[in-house]
Amino acid sequence: MTAAPAILPARSLADRLTATFWRHPRVLLAILLTPPLLWLGVVYLGSLAALLLQSFYSIDEFSGVVKQEFTLKTYAELLRPSNFDILVRTVIMAASVTLACAVLAFPIAYYAARYAKGHWKAAFYLGVMLPLWSSYLVKVYAWKLILAKEGIIGWAAERTHTSWIIDGLLSIPGLEGSSLSTSPLGTFAVFVYIWLPYMILPMQAALERVPNSMLEASADLGATRAQTFRTVILPLALPGVIAGSIFTFSLTLGDYIIPQIIGNSANFIGMAVYQLQGTAGNIPLAAAFAVVPILIMLVYLWLARRMGAFDAL
Amino acid sequence: MLSERSPLSLRAAAIGGLLFLHLPILLIFLYAFTTEERSFQFPPPGLTTQWFTTAWYDRPDIWPPLWLSLKVATIATSIALILGTLVAAAMTRTAFFGRDQISLLILLPIALPGVITGMALRSAFGIMDIPFSVWTIVLGHATFCIVIVYNNAVARLRRLSGGIMEASADLGANAFQTFRHVLLPNMGSALLAGGMLAFALSFDEVIVTIFTAGSGAEAKTLPIWMLDELIRPRQRPVTNVVAIVVFAATFFPILAAYYLTRGGSETAGMGK
Repeated sequence: MTAAPAILPARSLADRLTATFWRHPRVLLAILLTPPLLWLGVVYLGSLAALLLQSFYSIDEFSGVVKQEFTLKTYAELLRPSNFDILVRTVIMAASVTLACAVLAFPIAYYAARYAKGHWKAAFYLGVMLPLWSSYLVKVYAWKLILAKEGIIGWAAERTHTSWIIDGLLSIPGLEGSSLSTSPLGTFAVFVYIWLPYMILPMQAALERVPNSMLEASADLGATRAQTFRTVILPLALPGVIAGSIFTFSLTLGDYIIPQIIGNSANFIGMAVYQLQGTAGNIPLAAAFAVVPILIMLVYLWLARRMGAFDAL
Repeated sequence: MLSERSPLSLRAAAIGGLLFLHLPILLIFLYAFTTEERSFQFPPPGLTTQWFTTAWYDRPDIWPPLWLSLKVATIATSIALILGTLVAAAMTRTAFFGRDQISLLILLPIALPGVITGMALRSAFGIMDIPFSVWTIVLGHATFCIVIVYNNAVARLRRLSGGIMEASADLGANAFQTFRHVLLPNMGSALLAGGMLAFALSFDEVIVTIFTAGSGAEAKTLPIWMLDELIRPRQRPVTNVVAIVVFAATFFPILAAYYLTRGGSETAGMGK
Protein backbone atom coordinates (compact mmCIF):
# COMPACT_ATOMS: atom_id res chain seq x y z
CA MET A 1 0.00 0.00 0.00
CA THR A 2 1.45 3.34 -0.99
CA ALA A 3 0.85 6.43 1.10
CA ALA A 4 -1.29 9.09 -0.60
CA PRO A 5 0.72 12.20 -1.38
CA ALA A 6 0.17 15.12 0.95
CA ILE A 7 -0.38 17.43 -1.98
CA LEU A 8 -2.93 16.37 -4.53
CA PRO A 9 -1.83 16.62 -8.14
CA ALA A 10 -3.51 19.36 -10.13
CA ARG A 11 -6.38 17.69 -11.97
CA SER A 12 -7.65 20.53 -14.09
CA LEU A 13 -7.37 24.16 -15.05
CA ALA A 14 -9.57 25.03 -12.08
CA ASP A 15 -7.06 23.45 -9.72
CA ARG A 16 -4.18 25.30 -11.29
CA LEU A 17 -6.09 28.60 -11.04
CA THR A 18 -6.80 27.86 -7.38
CA ALA A 19 -3.09 27.39 -6.78
CA THR A 20 -2.40 30.73 -8.47
CA PHE A 21 -5.00 32.46 -6.30
CA TRP A 22 -3.38 30.91 -3.23
CA ARG A 23 0.13 31.99 -4.15
CA HIS A 24 -0.90 35.42 -5.43
CA PRO A 25 -3.98 36.66 -3.56
CA ARG A 26 -3.75 39.96 -5.45
CA VAL A 27 -4.64 38.18 -8.70
CA LEU A 28 -7.95 36.99 -7.26
CA LEU A 29 -8.56 40.41 -5.74
CA ALA A 30 -8.00 42.04 -9.12
CA ILE A 31 -10.32 39.58 -10.86
CA LEU A 32 -13.05 40.20 -8.25
CA LEU A 33 -12.71 43.97 -8.26
CA THR A 34 -12.26 44.75 -11.93
CA PRO A 35 -15.85 44.36 -13.18
CA PRO A 36 -17.59 46.34 -10.40
CA LEU A 37 -14.91 49.04 -10.35
CA LEU A 38 -15.06 49.37 -14.12
CA TRP A 39 -18.82 49.79 -13.93
CA LEU A 40 -18.81 52.30 -11.06
CA GLY A 41 -15.74 54.08 -12.34
CA VAL A 42 -16.92 54.48 -15.91
CA VAL A 43 -20.67 54.82 -15.46
CA TYR A 44 -20.82 56.69 -12.19
CA LEU A 45 -17.61 58.64 -11.74
CA GLY A 46 -17.54 59.24 -15.49
CA SER A 47 -21.01 60.73 -15.28
CA LEU A 48 -20.12 62.91 -12.31
CA ALA A 49 -17.13 64.18 -14.28
CA ALA A 50 -19.43 64.88 -17.22
CA LEU A 51 -21.70 66.80 -14.85
CA LEU A 52 -18.82 68.95 -13.64
CA LEU A 53 -17.63 69.48 -17.20
CA GLN A 54 -21.10 70.52 -18.41
CA SER A 55 -21.40 73.00 -15.54
CA PHE A 56 -18.32 74.84 -16.82
CA TYR A 57 -19.83 75.14 -20.31
CA SER A 58 -22.31 77.84 -21.18
CA ILE A 59 -25.25 78.24 -23.47
CA ASP A 60 -25.40 80.72 -26.31
CA GLU A 61 -28.36 82.94 -25.45
CA PHE A 62 -29.40 83.51 -29.05
CA SER A 63 -28.96 80.13 -30.67
CA GLY A 64 -29.49 78.00 -27.55
CA VAL A 65 -26.49 75.87 -28.50
CA VAL A 66 -24.12 74.67 -25.79
CA LYS A 67 -20.70 76.31 -26.17
CA GLN A 68 -18.09 73.75 -25.20
CA GLU A 69 -15.46 76.05 -23.75
CA PHE A 70 -14.45 76.65 -20.16
CA THR A 71 -16.28 79.50 -18.44
CA LEU A 72 -17.54 80.44 -14.98
CA LYS A 73 -20.44 82.36 -16.51
CA THR A 74 -22.93 79.60 -15.76
CA TYR A 75 -22.02 79.56 -12.08
CA ALA A 76 -22.36 83.35 -11.99
CA GLU A 77 -25.92 82.91 -13.26
CA LEU A 78 -26.74 81.01 -10.06
CA LEU A 79 -26.27 84.27 -8.17
CA ARG A 80 -28.99 86.08 -10.13
CA PRO A 81 -31.76 87.00 -7.66
CA SER A 82 -34.31 84.61 -9.22
CA ASN A 83 -31.89 81.69 -9.10
CA PHE A 84 -30.41 82.60 -5.72
CA ASP A 85 -33.96 82.62 -4.27
CA ILE A 86 -34.31 79.00 -5.35
CA LEU A 87 -31.14 78.03 -3.49
CA VAL A 88 -32.18 79.86 -0.32
CA ARG A 89 -35.72 78.45 -0.42
CA THR A 90 -34.42 74.90 -0.84
CA VAL A 91 -31.91 75.18 2.01
CA ILE A 92 -34.54 76.65 4.36
CA MET A 93 -36.95 73.85 3.46
CA ALA A 94 -34.27 71.17 3.95
CA ALA A 95 -33.29 72.62 7.33
CA SER A 96 -36.85 72.82 8.63
CA VAL A 97 -37.68 69.33 7.35
CA THR A 98 -34.58 67.95 9.09
CA LEU A 99 -35.53 69.64 12.35
CA ALA A 100 -39.11 68.37 12.23
CA CYS A 101 -37.92 64.86 11.39
CA ALA A 102 -35.53 64.86 14.35
CA VAL A 103 -38.31 65.91 16.75
CA LEU A 104 -40.84 63.40 15.39
CA ALA A 105 -38.33 60.56 15.13
CA PHE A 106 -37.00 60.79 18.67
CA PRO A 107 -39.90 59.23 20.62
CA ILE A 108 -40.19 56.38 18.09
CA ALA A 109 -36.46 55.68 18.09
CA TYR A 110 -36.18 56.01 21.87
CA TYR A 111 -39.11 53.74 22.59
CA ALA A 112 -37.93 51.13 20.09
CA ALA A 113 -34.38 51.23 21.44
CA ARG A 114 -35.11 51.17 25.17
CA TYR A 115 -38.53 49.75 25.90
CA ALA A 116 -39.69 47.59 22.99
CA LYS A 117 -38.90 43.93 23.58
CA GLY A 118 -39.44 40.72 21.60
CA HIS A 119 -42.40 40.95 19.25
CA TRP A 120 -42.80 44.66 19.83
CA LYS A 121 -39.21 45.23 18.80
CA ALA A 122 -39.76 43.38 15.53
CA ALA A 123 -43.03 45.24 14.99
CA PHE A 124 -41.30 48.58 15.48
CA TYR A 125 -38.49 47.61 13.18
CA LEU A 126 -40.82 46.46 10.41
CA GLY A 127 -43.08 49.42 11.13
CA VAL A 128 -40.25 51.78 10.22
CA MET A 129 -38.68 49.71 7.47
CA LEU A 130 -41.82 49.06 5.41
CA PRO A 131 -42.68 52.74 4.92
CA LEU A 132 -39.00 53.41 4.19
CA TRP A 133 -38.97 50.97 1.32
CA SER A 134 -42.52 51.12 0.00
CA SER A 135 -43.12 53.00 -3.20
CA TYR A 136 -42.11 56.65 -3.06
CA LEU A 137 -44.70 57.76 -5.61
CA VAL A 138 -47.51 55.87 -3.89
CA LYS A 139 -46.65 57.66 -0.65
CA VAL A 140 -46.65 61.06 -2.36
CA TYR A 141 -49.95 60.21 -4.03
CA ALA A 142 -51.47 59.25 -0.67
CA TRP A 143 -50.70 62.74 0.58
CA LYS A 144 -52.35 64.31 -2.44
CA LEU A 145 -55.50 62.48 -1.35
CA ILE A 146 -55.09 63.60 2.25
CA LEU A 147 -54.29 67.26 1.65
CA ALA A 148 -56.85 67.92 -1.10
CA LYS A 149 -59.44 70.53 -0.15
CA GLU A 150 -62.23 67.94 -0.27
CA GLY A 151 -59.98 65.29 1.35
CA ILE A 152 -59.85 63.73 4.78
CA ILE A 153 -58.21 66.62 6.65
CA GLY A 154 -60.72 69.12 5.32
CA TRP A 155 -63.53 66.74 6.20
CA ALA A 156 -62.24 66.16 9.73
CA ALA A 157 -61.72 69.89 10.29
CA GLU A 158 -65.25 70.63 9.15
CA ARG A 159 -66.71 67.97 11.42
CA THR A 160 -64.82 69.26 14.44
CA HIS A 161 -65.39 72.94 13.52
CA THR A 162 -61.66 73.60 13.30
CA SER A 163 -61.49 74.70 9.66
CA TRP A 164 -60.50 78.15 10.94
CA ILE A 165 -57.14 76.71 12.04
CA ILE A 166 -56.35 75.55 8.52
CA ASP A 167 -57.65 78.80 7.02
CA GLY A 168 -55.52 80.71 9.51
CA LEU A 169 -52.41 78.74 8.62
CA LEU A 170 -53.08 79.19 4.91
CA SER A 171 -53.30 82.96 5.29
CA ILE A 172 -49.86 83.32 6.89
CA PRO A 173 -47.65 85.21 4.42
CA GLY A 174 -45.36 82.75 2.65
CA LEU A 175 -47.64 79.80 3.31
CA GLU A 176 -50.62 80.91 1.23
CA GLY A 177 -52.57 78.44 -0.82
CA SER A 178 -56.15 77.59 -1.72
CA SER A 179 -55.79 74.33 0.21
CA LEU A 180 -53.06 72.49 2.08
CA SER A 181 -52.11 70.66 -1.10
CA THR A 182 -51.22 73.92 -2.85
CA SER A 183 -49.44 75.52 0.12
CA PRO A 184 -45.73 75.25 1.05
CA LEU A 185 -47.07 73.81 4.30
CA GLY A 186 -48.22 70.76 2.34
CA THR A 187 -44.83 70.39 0.66
CA PHE A 188 -43.21 70.53 4.09
CA ALA A 189 -45.56 67.90 5.57
CA VAL A 190 -44.95 65.47 2.73
CA PHE A 191 -41.17 65.91 2.90
CA VAL A 192 -41.28 65.18 6.63
CA TYR A 193 -43.44 62.11 6.10
CA ILE A 194 -41.34 60.64 3.30
CA TRP A 195 -37.92 61.13 4.93
CA LEU A 196 -38.89 60.39 8.55
CA PRO A 197 -37.79 56.71 8.48
CA TYR A 198 -34.32 57.78 7.34
CA MET A 199 -34.00 59.71 10.61
CA ILE A 200 -35.50 57.02 12.86
CA LEU A 201 -33.17 54.15 11.91
CA PRO A 202 -29.76 55.76 12.61
CA MET A 203 -31.18 57.45 15.72
CA GLN A 204 -32.41 54.12 17.04
CA ALA A 205 -29.04 52.51 16.32
CA ALA A 206 -27.27 55.27 18.27
CA LEU A 207 -29.71 55.05 21.19
CA GLU A 208 -29.29 51.29 21.39
CA ARG A 209 -25.60 51.83 22.02
CA VAL A 210 -26.26 53.98 25.11
CA PRO A 211 -25.51 51.62 28.02
CA ASN A 212 -28.19 51.24 30.66
CA SER A 213 -25.56 51.53 33.37
CA MET A 214 -24.96 55.16 32.41
CA LEU A 215 -28.63 55.98 32.85
CA GLU A 216 -28.60 54.21 36.22
CA ALA A 217 -25.47 56.08 37.26
CA SER A 218 -27.12 59.33 36.28
CA ALA A 219 -30.18 58.47 38.35
CA ASP A 220 -27.99 57.41 41.29
CA LEU A 221 -26.27 60.76 41.21
CA GLY A 222 -29.65 62.38 41.64
CA ALA A 223 -30.41 63.57 38.14
CA THR A 224 -34.02 64.00 37.19
CA ARG A 225 -35.41 62.44 34.02
CA ALA A 226 -35.01 65.74 32.19
CA GLN A 227 -31.43 66.18 33.38
CA THR A 228 -30.51 62.64 32.34
CA PHE A 229 -32.02 63.27 28.96
CA ARG A 230 -30.18 66.54 28.45
CA THR A 231 -26.77 65.61 29.80
CA VAL A 232 -26.50 61.87 29.06
CA ILE A 233 -28.89 60.61 26.40
CA LEU A 234 -28.83 63.55 24.01
CA PRO A 235 -25.02 63.88 23.70
CA LEU A 236 -24.68 60.13 23.20
CA ALA A 237 -27.47 60.06 20.62
CA LEU A 238 -26.07 63.00 18.69
CA PRO A 239 -24.05 60.96 16.17
CA GLY A 240 -27.25 59.14 15.20
CA VAL A 241 -29.13 62.40 14.85
CA ILE A 242 -26.38 63.83 12.66
CA ALA A 243 -26.26 60.67 10.54
CA GLY A 244 -30.03 60.84 10.07
CA SER A 245 -29.92 64.55 9.33
CA ILE A 246 -27.41 63.92 6.56
CA PHE A 247 -30.05 61.79 4.82
CA THR A 248 -33.04 64.05 5.42
CA PHE A 249 -31.11 67.18 4.50
CA SER A 250 -29.53 65.80 1.37
CA LEU A 251 -32.69 64.08 0.13
CA THR A 252 -34.76 67.24 0.58
CA LEU A 253 -32.11 69.30 -1.21
CA GLY A 254 -32.40 67.15 -4.31
CA ASP A 255 -36.05 66.18 -4.50
CA TYR A 256 -38.10 67.53 -7.38
CA ILE A 257 -41.19 65.28 -7.46
CA ILE A 258 -42.80 66.36 -4.19
CA PRO A 259 -42.74 70.14 -4.80
CA GLN A 260 -44.01 69.48 -8.31
CA ILE A 261 -47.08 67.58 -7.10
CA ILE A 262 -47.80 69.24 -3.77
CA GLY A 263 -47.28 72.94 -3.08
CA ASN A 264 -47.54 76.26 -4.86
CA SER A 265 -45.08 75.28 -7.62
CA ALA A 266 -42.40 77.55 -6.14
CA ASN A 267 -39.09 76.42 -7.53
CA PHE A 268 -36.61 74.19 -5.71
CA ILE A 269 -33.09 73.14 -6.76
CA GLY A 270 -34.24 69.75 -8.01
CA MET A 271 -37.12 71.25 -10.01
CA ALA A 272 -34.79 73.82 -11.53
CA VAL A 273 -32.43 71.06 -12.67
CA TYR A 274 -35.32 69.07 -14.10
CA GLN A 275 -36.86 71.98 -15.99
CA LEU A 276 -33.59 73.39 -17.27
CA GLN A 277 -32.39 70.11 -18.76
CA GLY A 278 -35.83 69.31 -20.21
CA THR A 279 -37.97 72.00 -21.76
CA ALA A 280 -35.37 74.78 -21.51
CA GLY A 281 -32.56 72.62 -22.88
CA ASN A 282 -30.02 74.53 -20.78
CA ILE A 283 -27.88 71.62 -19.67
CA PRO A 284 -24.94 73.73 -18.40
CA LEU A 285 -27.11 75.70 -15.97
CA ALA A 286 -28.92 72.50 -14.93
CA ALA A 287 -25.54 70.92 -14.22
CA ALA A 288 -24.41 73.95 -12.22
CA PHE A 289 -27.60 73.74 -10.14
CA ALA A 290 -26.95 70.03 -9.54
CA VAL A 291 -23.42 70.77 -8.29
CA VAL A 292 -24.82 73.03 -5.55
CA PRO A 293 -26.29 70.22 -3.37
CA ILE A 294 -22.96 68.39 -3.62
CA LEU A 295 -21.13 71.48 -2.33
CA ILE A 296 -23.70 72.10 0.39
CA MET A 297 -23.43 68.50 1.56
CA LEU A 298 -19.62 68.72 1.64
CA VAL A 299 -19.83 71.80 3.86
CA TYR A 300 -22.47 70.06 5.98
CA LEU A 301 -20.28 66.99 6.47
CA TRP A 302 -17.29 69.18 7.29
CA LEU A 303 -19.29 71.10 9.90
CA ALA A 304 -20.62 67.86 11.39
CA ARG A 305 -17.06 66.60 11.71
CA ARG A 306 -15.92 69.87 13.27
CA MET A 307 -18.72 69.57 15.82
CA GLY A 308 -17.41 66.14 16.73
CA ALA A 309 -20.40 64.26 15.42
CA PHE A 310 -18.22 61.44 14.14
CA ASP A 311 -15.98 61.12 17.20
CA ALA A 312 -18.36 58.86 19.04
CA LEU A 313 -18.87 56.54 16.09
CA MET B 1 -33.50 51.74 39.93
CA LEU B 2 -34.79 52.67 36.54
CA SER B 3 -38.35 51.81 35.79
CA GLU B 4 -38.75 49.20 33.07
CA ARG B 5 -42.11 50.60 32.08
CA SER B 6 -42.16 53.44 29.64
CA PRO B 7 -43.82 56.74 30.46
CA LEU B 8 -47.29 56.85 28.95
CA SER B 9 -46.58 60.00 26.95
CA LEU B 10 -43.54 58.40 25.32
CA ARG B 11 -45.47 55.27 24.37
CA ALA B 12 -48.29 57.38 22.96
CA ALA B 13 -45.86 59.48 20.92
CA ALA B 14 -44.07 56.39 19.59
CA ILE B 15 -47.25 54.61 18.57
CA GLY B 16 -48.65 57.83 17.17
CA GLY B 17 -45.51 58.17 15.08
CA LEU B 18 -45.90 54.67 13.69
CA LEU B 19 -49.54 55.32 12.83
CA PHE B 20 -48.47 58.53 11.08
CA LEU B 21 -46.16 56.41 8.93
CA HIS B 22 -48.80 53.84 8.00
CA LEU B 23 -52.28 55.36 7.88
CA PRO B 24 -51.72 57.48 4.75
CA ILE B 25 -51.01 54.35 2.68
CA LEU B 26 -54.35 52.83 3.71
CA LEU B 27 -56.14 55.71 2.03
CA ILE B 28 -54.72 54.56 -1.32
CA PHE B 29 -56.67 51.33 -0.87
CA LEU B 30 -59.87 53.10 0.14
CA TYR B 31 -59.82 55.48 -2.82
CA ALA B 32 -59.44 52.59 -5.28
CA PHE B 33 -63.07 51.72 -4.48
CA THR B 34 -64.62 55.17 -4.62
CA THR B 35 -67.32 56.02 -7.14
CA GLU B 36 -66.05 59.60 -7.43
CA GLU B 37 -63.52 59.88 -10.25
CA ARG B 38 -63.00 63.63 -10.52
CA SER B 39 -62.04 64.66 -7.02
CA PHE B 40 -60.60 63.22 -3.83
CA GLN B 41 -63.82 63.62 -1.87
CA PHE B 42 -63.78 62.14 1.63
CA PRO B 43 -65.66 60.09 2.67
CA PRO B 44 -66.20 58.45 -0.74
CA PRO B 45 -69.82 58.95 -1.87
CA GLY B 46 -70.09 55.27 -2.80
CA LEU B 47 -68.05 52.13 -3.15
CA THR B 48 -67.49 50.07 -6.29
CA THR B 49 -65.05 47.50 -7.66
CA GLN B 50 -65.46 48.68 -11.26
CA TRP B 51 -62.04 50.37 -11.39
CA PHE B 52 -60.25 47.05 -11.15
CA THR B 53 -62.01 45.77 -14.28
CA THR B 54 -61.55 49.14 -15.99
CA ALA B 55 -57.82 49.02 -15.30
CA TRP B 56 -57.60 45.45 -16.55
CA TYR B 57 -59.72 45.74 -19.74
CA ASP B 58 -60.11 49.35 -20.79
CA ARG B 59 -56.73 50.92 -20.12
CA PRO B 60 -54.22 49.47 -22.59
CA ASP B 61 -51.85 52.33 -21.68
CA ILE B 62 -51.04 50.60 -18.37
CA TRP B 63 -49.54 47.40 -19.77
CA PRO B 64 -46.46 48.56 -21.75
CA PRO B 65 -45.12 50.59 -18.77
CA LEU B 66 -45.72 47.61 -16.47
CA TRP B 67 -43.76 45.24 -18.73
CA LEU B 68 -41.00 47.79 -19.20
CA SER B 69 -40.63 48.27 -15.43
CA LEU B 70 -40.49 44.52 -14.86
CA LYS B 71 -37.90 44.15 -17.60
CA VAL B 72 -35.71 47.00 -16.36
CA ALA B 73 -35.91 45.81 -12.75
CA THR B 74 -35.01 42.25 -13.75
CA ILE B 75 -31.98 43.24 -15.82
CA ALA B 76 -30.77 45.84 -13.33
CA THR B 77 -31.13 43.38 -10.44
CA SER B 78 -29.16 40.71 -12.32
CA ILE B 79 -26.29 43.09 -13.04
CA ALA B 80 -26.34 44.37 -9.46
CA LEU B 81 -26.31 40.81 -8.08
CA ILE B 82 -23.16 39.92 -10.01
CA LEU B 83 -21.27 43.17 -9.40
CA GLY B 84 -22.42 43.53 -5.78
CA THR B 85 -21.38 39.98 -4.88
CA LEU B 86 -17.99 40.37 -6.55
CA VAL B 87 -17.16 43.55 -4.72
CA ALA B 88 -18.45 42.13 -1.42
CA ALA B 89 -16.21 39.08 -1.83
CA ALA B 90 -13.21 41.31 -2.50
CA MET B 91 -13.92 43.62 0.43
CA THR B 92 -14.23 40.89 3.07
CA ARG B 93 -11.10 39.01 2.02
CA THR B 94 -8.23 41.30 2.75
CA ALA B 95 -7.25 44.76 3.70
CA PHE B 96 -5.85 46.53 0.68
CA PHE B 97 -4.95 49.98 -0.42
CA GLY B 98 -7.98 52.08 -1.37
CA ARG B 99 -10.51 49.90 0.44
CA ASP B 100 -12.23 52.82 2.17
CA GLN B 101 -12.38 54.74 -1.09
CA ILE B 102 -14.06 51.80 -2.79
CA SER B 103 -16.71 51.47 -0.08
CA LEU B 104 -17.39 55.20 -0.45
CA LEU B 105 -17.66 54.81 -4.23
CA ILE B 106 -20.23 52.02 -3.86
CA LEU B 107 -22.25 54.09 -1.41
CA LEU B 108 -22.15 57.33 -3.38
CA PRO B 109 -24.98 56.59 -5.88
CA ILE B 110 -27.54 56.37 -3.07
CA ALA B 111 -25.86 58.81 -0.69
CA LEU B 112 -26.13 61.69 -3.16
CA PRO B 113 -29.64 62.88 -4.01
CA GLY B 114 -31.15 61.10 -7.00
CA VAL B 115 -31.34 64.29 -9.00
CA ILE B 116 -27.53 64.45 -9.03
CA THR B 117 -27.14 60.86 -10.20
CA GLY B 118 -29.81 61.50 -12.82
CA MET B 119 -28.37 64.78 -14.02
CA ALA B 120 -24.85 63.31 -14.07
CA LEU B 121 -25.95 60.43 -16.29
CA ARG B 122 -27.94 62.86 -18.45
CA SER B 123 -24.82 65.05 -18.89
CA ALA B 124 -22.72 62.03 -19.83
CA PHE B 125 -25.29 60.85 -22.41
CA GLY B 126 -25.38 64.39 -23.76
CA ILE B 127 -21.61 64.68 -24.12
CA MET B 128 -21.23 61.24 -25.67
CA ASP B 129 -24.35 61.50 -27.85
CA ILE B 130 -25.84 58.31 -26.47
CA PRO B 131 -29.54 58.07 -27.42
CA PHE B 132 -32.05 57.28 -24.67
CA SER B 133 -33.25 53.68 -24.56
CA VAL B 134 -34.13 50.88 -22.20
CA TRP B 135 -30.39 50.42 -21.69
CA THR B 136 -29.80 53.95 -20.47
CA ILE B 137 -32.50 53.32 -17.84
CA VAL B 138 -30.86 50.02 -16.85
CA LEU B 139 -27.47 51.72 -16.59
CA GLY B 140 -28.75 54.11 -13.93
CA HIS B 141 -30.77 51.52 -12.02
CA ALA B 142 -27.98 48.93 -11.85
CA THR B 143 -25.60 51.59 -10.52
CA PHE B 144 -27.67 52.37 -7.42
CA CYS B 145 -28.78 48.74 -6.94
CA ILE B 146 -25.19 47.49 -6.52
CA VAL B 147 -24.97 48.93 -3.02
CA ILE B 148 -28.15 47.14 -1.91
CA VAL B 149 -26.81 43.73 -2.92
CA TYR B 150 -23.38 44.64 -1.56
CA ASN B 151 -24.75 45.56 1.88
CA ASN B 152 -26.54 42.24 2.23
CA ALA B 153 -23.71 40.11 0.84
CA VAL B 154 -20.97 41.78 2.86
CA ALA B 155 -22.91 41.39 6.12
CA ARG B 156 -23.38 37.69 5.50
CA LEU B 157 -19.75 37.14 4.47
CA ARG B 158 -18.52 38.85 7.64
CA ARG B 159 -20.61 36.53 9.77
CA LEU B 160 -19.48 33.46 7.88
CA SER B 161 -16.52 31.84 9.60
CA GLY B 162 -13.40 31.63 7.48
CA GLY B 163 -12.96 28.10 8.80
CA ILE B 164 -15.42 26.53 6.42
CA MET B 165 -13.48 27.85 3.44
CA GLU B 166 -10.27 26.40 4.80
CA ALA B 167 -12.00 23.12 5.59
CA SER B 168 -13.22 22.96 2.02
CA ALA B 169 -9.70 23.57 0.71
CA ASP B 170 -8.28 20.95 3.09
CA LEU B 171 -10.74 18.43 1.73
CA GLY B 172 -9.34 19.02 -1.74
CA ALA B 173 -11.87 21.39 -3.25
CA ASN B 174 -10.56 24.06 -5.59
CA ALA B 175 -11.71 27.67 -5.44
CA PHE B 176 -14.58 27.11 -7.86
CA GLN B 177 -15.86 24.05 -6.05
CA THR B 178 -15.67 25.90 -2.76
CA PHE B 179 -17.66 28.76 -4.28
CA ARG B 180 -20.26 26.41 -5.75
CA HIS B 181 -20.71 24.02 -2.82
CA VAL B 182 -19.79 26.06 0.26
CA LEU B 183 -19.99 29.79 -0.34
CA LEU B 184 -23.08 29.99 -2.54
CA PRO B 185 -25.38 27.86 -0.32
CA ASN B 186 -24.32 29.92 2.68
CA MET B 187 -24.92 33.21 0.93
CA GLY B 188 -28.10 32.20 -0.89
CA SER B 189 -30.66 33.81 1.38
CA ALA B 190 -28.63 37.02 1.76
CA LEU B 191 -28.32 37.33 -2.02
CA LEU B 192 -32.01 36.58 -2.48
CA ALA B 193 -32.86 39.27 0.06
CA GLY B 194 -30.50 41.76 -1.58
CA GLY B 195 -31.87 40.90 -5.00
CA MET B 196 -35.44 41.42 -3.89
CA LEU B 197 -34.67 44.76 -2.28
CA ALA B 198 -32.83 45.83 -5.42
CA PHE B 199 -35.80 44.73 -7.52
CA ALA B 200 -38.21 46.71 -5.35
CA LEU B 201 -35.97 49.77 -5.52
CA SER B 202 -35.63 49.60 -9.30
CA PHE B 203 -39.30 48.82 -9.95
CA ASP B 204 -40.32 51.93 -8.04
CA GLU B 205 -37.56 54.37 -9.02
CA VAL B 206 -38.63 57.58 -10.67
CA ILE B 207 -36.19 60.38 -9.76
CA VAL B 208 -33.20 59.05 -11.68
CA THR B 209 -35.32 57.34 -14.35
CA ILE B 210 -36.83 60.55 -15.67
CA PHE B 211 -33.34 61.78 -16.54
CA THR B 212 -32.28 58.56 -18.22
CA ALA B 213 -35.48 57.55 -20.03
CA GLY B 214 -35.91 60.44 -22.44
CA SER B 215 -39.38 61.60 -23.39
CA GLY B 216 -40.36 58.78 -25.76
CA ALA B 217 -43.56 56.83 -25.05
CA GLU B 218 -41.68 53.55 -25.43
CA ALA B 219 -39.43 54.50 -22.50
CA LYS B 220 -42.23 55.06 -20.00
CA THR B 221 -41.80 52.98 -16.86
CA LEU B 222 -44.74 52.39 -14.53
CA PRO B 223 -43.65 55.08 -12.02
CA ILE B 224 -43.33 57.59 -14.87
CA TRP B 225 -46.82 56.61 -16.03
CA MET B 226 -48.05 57.19 -12.48
CA LEU B 227 -46.35 60.57 -12.28
CA ASP B 228 -48.09 61.62 -15.51
CA GLU B 229 -51.42 60.58 -14.02
CA LEU B 230 -50.68 62.58 -10.87
CA ILE B 231 -49.97 65.70 -12.87
CA ARG B 232 -52.75 65.26 -15.46
CA PRO B 233 -55.33 63.01 -13.77
CA ARG B 234 -58.06 61.09 -15.57
CA GLN B 235 -60.06 58.28 -13.95
CA ARG B 236 -58.30 58.91 -10.64
CA PRO B 237 -59.37 55.60 -9.02
CA VAL B 238 -57.57 53.70 -11.82
CA THR B 239 -54.36 55.38 -10.67
CA ASN B 240 -55.12 54.00 -7.21
CA VAL B 241 -55.55 50.50 -8.60
CA VAL B 242 -52.11 50.76 -10.25
CA ALA B 243 -50.72 52.28 -7.04
CA ILE B 244 -51.90 49.17 -5.17
CA VAL B 245 -50.06 46.99 -7.69
CA VAL B 246 -46.87 49.05 -7.30
CA PHE B 247 -47.25 48.97 -3.54
CA ALA B 248 -47.63 45.18 -3.56
CA ALA B 249 -44.66 44.78 -5.91
CA THR B 250 -42.45 46.56 -3.38
CA PHE B 251 -44.16 45.46 -0.13
CA PHE B 252 -43.85 41.69 -0.49
CA PRO B 253 -40.18 41.57 -1.55
CA ILE B 254 -39.29 43.77 1.45
CA LEU B 255 -41.22 41.56 3.85
CA ALA B 256 -39.59 38.45 2.36
CA ALA B 257 -36.14 40.03 2.55
CA TYR B 258 -36.75 40.80 6.22
CA TYR B 259 -37.68 37.22 7.07
CA LEU B 260 -34.78 35.82 5.02
CA THR B 261 -32.15 37.75 6.94
CA ARG B 262 -33.84 37.99 10.33
CA GLY B 263 -31.95 36.99 13.46
CA GLY B 264 -28.59 38.50 12.70
CA SER B 265 -27.07 41.89 13.06
CA GLU B 266 -27.40 42.06 9.30
CA THR B 267 -31.15 42.42 8.85
CA ALA B 268 -31.92 43.68 5.38
CA GLY B 269 -33.07 47.16 4.72
CA MET B 270 -31.14 49.20 7.23
CA GLY B 271 -29.82 51.48 4.55
CA LYS B 272 -31.71 52.44 1.49
